[in-house]
Amino acid sequence: MKRLTLPLAKEQIFALKAGDSVLLSGTVFTARDCAHRRIFELLDADMPLPFELKGAFLYYAGPCPAPIGKATGSCGPTTSARMEPFAPRLLDLGLGGMIGKGEMGEAVRAALVRNGAVYFAAIGGAGAFYGNAVKHSECVAFEDLLSEAVYRFEIENFPLVVAMDAHGGSIYDR
Amino acid sequence: MRTVDTKQIEDCVYRLALRAGRRITEPCRLALEQASRKEAGAAQFALSTLLENARIAEEQQLPVCQDTGMSVVLLEVGQEVCLTGRLLTEAVDEGVRRAYRDGYFRKSICDPLSRANTGDNTPAHVHVDIVRGDHVRVTYLPKGFGSENMSRLFMLTPAQGKAGIIDCIVETVRLAGSRPCPPVIVGVGIGGCFDSCALLAKKALTRELGSAHPRDDVAAIEREALQKINALGIGAQGFGGTVTALAVQCELAPTHIAGLPVAVNIQCHCMRCEEEVLS
Repeated sequence: MKRLTLPLAKEQIFALKAGDSVLLSGTVFTARDCAHRRIFELLDADMPLPFELKGAFLYYAGPCPAPIGKATGSCGPTTSARMEPFAPRLLDLGLGGMIGKGEMGEAVRAALVRNGAVYFAAIGGAGAFYGNAVKHSECVAFEDLLSEAVYRFEIENFPLVVAMDAHGGSIYDR
Repeated sequence: MRTVDTKQIEDCVYRLALRAGRRITEPCRLALEQASRKEAGAAQFALSTLLENARIAEEQQLPVCQDTGMSVVLLEVGQEVCLTGRLLTEAVDEGVRRAYRDGYFRKSICDPLSRANTGDNTPAHVHVDIVRGDHVRVTYLPKGFGSENMSRLFMLTPAQGKAGIIDCIVETVRLAGSRPCPPVIVGVGIGGCFDSCALLAKKALTRELGSAHPRDDVAAIEREALQKINALGIGAQGFGGTVTALAVQCELAPTHIAGLPVAVNIQCHCMRCEEEVLS
């Protein structure tokens, strides 16, 4: 299995094909429904975002609280389709890619190709497994949203499948 | 007449919620193992990761899935039982509140409009059936919403019959695609009215996985729908394959001469359900 460490260079992203398995390490930011709403409010008001979007990877996830001695609680991916209204604009602003689960639509496919970005699928339901692969977690924005806040995660060897690649390929095409 | 203090029900909900959050049911684990032997490639990778995840969760007492769900609590209360103590629903909520705090479970319940989180996973969705006897049966089902979101209700006409019912079930799973965390378990309510039909579908999920309905004509619907679903090719996580659903489970209730309600409640592969009888 291919090992990759974030941030990814464009040539690394272009080398990925839908269906490839990878072990991903590095920094990602969690964001799900409510966090996206807040991020868009900031963008619409021309306000700075709480993290640098360029080259960043979003993890569509909302963790369980961290038990004592752990960086985070269980934290698998949430359904990416709910973030479809948000992903194209964020990709156009430089987002490097996303990690989630399940298919995303044509607007996302086009935005991934347009921007040379990639969408990885984590295995939905494997919350304990992925939680253990988070080595450090820090809330960077919207703390009042609890599990829906934005957390900076340092991840180590996240097993992922390339769901939609930068060439328009998708593992969900049947 | 038997007296049951609702504090006993609170403690029971507490125990069941903690247990449910940390393990999938044994029939579900076995079904995933079986699926894992059948599949190949990315789907096989997904299934083996899920089995490894279930092992880690039980061993380290962690939530199996971060979506520790909306707390669905089905209560069967014997007519010979006299409940004492605080209000039943308050007792259930207190059990949920304590379990989600002590288990480091995610609190996933919010106001539908403001989206403000209630902070303790309450209120639970409590349904009470009054039955014969002097026992209280508590069934705890933490319902994740990746799959709940993919559920549908149909008001068919009687003429649509058995073929119409099967179409509803298969079409719901087809439209859900990779989104609800397949392989799914499909709970189906047939009959009743608009709301009772949906409850039947939810109750169908609590039946032991893989058990056929005792009525032959219903079991036939379950078999045919499962076969058609597994021919869709969606597979585990939508990565393709022959196991898109682990089971189709139907429950029936008499309905009106003018109607044929069908509710399809989708459950992800992370089937967590615990039950205890206080007697």
